[in-house]
This record gives sequence, C-alpha cells and structure tokens, in this order.
Amino acid sequence: MSDTGVRPPAGERHHDVLIVGAGHGGAQAAITLRQRGHTGSIALMGEEPELPYERPPLSKDYLSGAKPFERLLIRPPAFWEARGITLLPRRRVVAVDPAAHTVTTDDGAIFGYGQLIWAAGGHARRLDCVGAHLAGVHTVRTRADVDRMRAELPAVEQVVVVGGGYVGLEAAAVLRAAGKRVVLLEQQTRLLARVAGEALSRFYEAEHRAQGVDVRLGARLDGIVGDGRRVAAVRLFDGEMIPAQMVVAGIGLVPAAGPLLAAGAEGGDGVKVDAYGHTSLPDIHAIGDCALHPSTYAQGRYIRLESVQNATDMAIIVAKGLTGTAEPYRAVPWFWSNQYDLKLQTVGLSAGHDAAVLRGDPAARSFSVVYCRAGRVVALDCVNAARDYTQGRALVEGAVRCEPTLLADANIPLKEVAALLSAG
Amino acid sequence: MPIITVVTRDGTGRAVDMETGVTLMEGLRDQGFDELLAMCGGCCSCATCHVYVEPASPPTEEEDDLLSGTAHRRDNSRLSCQITLTADHDGLRVEIAPED
Repeated sequence: MSDTGVRPPAGERHHDVLIVGAGHGGAQAAITLRQRGHTGSIALMGEEPELPYERPPLSKDYLSGAKPFERLLIRPPAFWEARGITLLPRRRVVAVDPAAHTVTTDDGAIFGYGQLIWAAGGHARRLDCVGAHLAGVHTVRTRADVDRMRAELPAVEQVVVVGGGYVGLEAAAVLRAAGKRVVLLEQQTRLLARVAGEALSRFYEAEHRAQGVDVRLGARLDGIVGDGRRVAAVRLFDGEMIPAQMVVAGIGLVPAAGPLLAAGAEGGDGVKVDAYGHTSLPDIHAIGDCALHPSTYAQGRYIRLESVQNATDMAIIVAKGLTGTAEPYRAVPWFWSNQYDLKLQTVGLSAGHDAAVLRGDPAARSFSVVYCRAGRVVALDCVNAARDYTQGRALVEGAVRCEPTLLADANIPLKEVAALLSAG
Repeated sequence: MPIITVVTRDGTGRAVDMETGVTLMEGLRDQGFDELLAMCGGCCSCATCHVYVEPASPPTEEEDDLLSGTAHRRDNSRLSCQITLTADHDGLRVEIAPED
C-alpha cells in the first residue's frame, strides 16, 4: 500500500494518539499532550504539505506580504521531532472504523489509533454559480490559496470580494492597501450580519467605503463570466456586469466531519461532542471548527465556533482529559479581526442579543458595543478599545446585569462596572 | 546575538542566544519554549504571551490595556510579542507568567 509496495512494520502505522488535522487545534493538542507528560506515540496528520501554521494572517499579513511564511509556523521545524510528534502531511482521512480503531487515508493507507482526536477543521465554502471553476476565483483558507492569489495580483486591477464576513472584509482591506480596486458583494442588508450587531456593521461599512471599497449590500451574484479561461467579470442578478480579474469568495466554512458522520458519529453541521470533547463514538474526540459543542455562552445550545481560541482551548481540554485531568470546556469565546488601522476584539457571543449598548464614539475610531440578552451581558465588540475588551471579559464571564446607563459611560472603566454589577 | 535568561513556569532557568529582529515571543518559541499560548500570533490582540522582564520596560498603551485584564500582572509585566529583540537585550531575564 505504500509507494514502494513494501509494507511497513505493523507498529509503524499505529499511534497511541492520532490527531487528524494539523491546524491550530491539532498542533495544540499534540503540544499539550507532551507538556503534560504523555509518553505514548503521537501523530499529527494533515491534508496540507506545510508544517502546522497560523491561519489568521492568511487574510492579513501573509496576503499583504508583511510576514513571510516562516513566521507563521506554530513551532519551528525542529520542535516536532524533538517532542517525538510524528508529522503525517498530505494525507486526508476518507474513512473511520471506530470498532477496529483505524482510519483510512486518501491514498488507501490504514492507520491504527488508541485515541483519535478529530481536529480536521473544514474547507472554504466554494461558489457554486456558473463560472465558479474559472482561474482567478479564489478562497482564503490555506497557504496554497493565498500563494495563488499573490501570484496573480500583479496583473489584477479590480477584485470582486464575495461575502461581507471577517475574511472578506480583511481581504478587501489588504487588497485596497495594495492599490487594487475592490467591489464587495454582500447578500444581506448589512456586513457581518451573522456575527455582529447593526452598529458595528454600519461602522465597518462606512470605513470600507471611506477606504474606497465599493460595498454592495443586498447584492446577489448570478455568475462569473470568463474570457475562455480566466475570470473577466461578475454578473449580478439584476444584470449588472462588474469587470474583475480576480474573485475572492469569503462565504464561510464547510466543516470536515464527513468520515466521522459516516462512521456513525452524532452530528450534522459538524461532529457533536460533549463538554469534554467526546464524540458519541468510543475513543474519538473532536475539537475546533468542526466540533459542535454545548456552550455556556450560547445558553447551553450546541454550536460551532470558527476561531483560534476555540481550537486551542478545546485542544487543551481534550489533552488534559487524556492525561488524567478531565475538565469541561468553559472558556469564554474571543476573536479578533484587523482591518486597516482598526483592531476589533470581541469577547462572548452576541448572536441572539436583544439589546446593544454603545460605549464611546465610533467617530473617534475607538468604541465598544456591549450586547445583552434577557437582561445579562453576553458579549462585547471592541474597536481600538483593548481596555474594554480585557476588562469586559469579566462582564461576560459573570453574565452580569445589563445596566445600559452604566455600560454606556466610557468614563467608568469596565473593571469598576464589573465590580458594581457582579453583586447582582 | 543577545543572550537571554528564560525562567519557565516550573522555576527553572536557561540562558539562550536569541535572534535579533524578531519578537521575544517568536524568540521564545524558536528556542523551544512552549508554555506561551500566544494565541493571536503576535498582533497584540490577546494577553496569552505574558512575561515578566528584568530590567523592566514600559509597555505600550495598547499592551498596557491588554495587561490590565490579567490576574497576574506585575510592575515588570510585558506582552512578549511587543518586544522586538535587539543587541541591547543582552542580559535580559524573562520569566513566563502563570496562565490566567
């Protein structure tokens, strides 16, 4: 089954812990297992050819060229061997056999495991319209994606970005800074509709417009028109043709859960896990973007979170569980997004909020939005307001009472607000 | 290259040569110290690369804001991603702060 036709010794393809997915979650699981003294064999398998690397800079400093790839590596190359962590790049798991404790990869190889940590993340959702296959149509999920974009950019004058979520907006910001004309299409009536409140959406809309991005809300993509091979224009449902030499789709993630679901794991939009990261299958754990987990910060509902924080903290929970310290996953979600000179930091989950309190002045380019639900603080979005972000964490963790007058007063540090309100 | 003494959370210290031009966070990572989560990758968006430095140096305003939320802050707290290493850092003593 191997390339040479020689079967490796039986032991070579069995690992006490097999981690599928070599992104933030998978890498952190391996690191934490070794930190906590796990002495068994550990393998880290991933689809991509690279050593584990940070994904957030792909739509920011790596796309812009500000950071070379080497500085994105989660650990230096020598680290993995020094820690006795076997890297298995360029392999995609196509099947899991929970009874036999094996996985099968796309090249037909079979790997045995004692414990399986599924950290496979997901794949960028692709456009499915006419012309979506044309050269010049991109997604932003992997280094290879961004390398392809960068290679084409010198010949590009106008880019159409599809999707007004964080990835699309970050890409738009970098492309504007690189001097490209950018048209951004969003189907909804506001940007960041899925992840933020109206005030934040309008602020970012105004900012991108001021930076010269042609933001089109309520815009529906009908198809991509090519010149035979490459993209030449984007056609909207109303018939408008927008010339473009590049199309960037930032339209979400498809969780990589197929093989586990096919093996009988509970789930749907991701793999369902309990608070300890256990799937419904024995000795199989799931973490990160693809893990549908119960969240205190979503009123106990099962949710997926696509963030470094979630991948890292879930990895630590599972690694602790496998080294004798079972702890439920309770870390407060946080996230960041850098666009132009704006640093957004968010803590908690604003989805489902029923009130939003503005703190500070958006015109001053430093403000926060405090989100409440059923009379309790559930989240904050902080723009160039790191102090609110760090001090506001306690408001979310403590689910303190929502007192709009107090929360809106930017002269009162949130630390003091937290102390005043946590009593109630 | 500056020689920097690194004290890990178990209290043990080790002197290492670090590259200049990279951040202290990257220098620690490159030298195999793996206790820092450094979750945001060094863009000053979290406080998971918190260290104590001797001699002390003032944090930037933004860094100061992020440090204001940590439970283990001391006078010589810094975020290691905000220190770019130069030859002048020779002799620096760095202690990895406890996790929050």
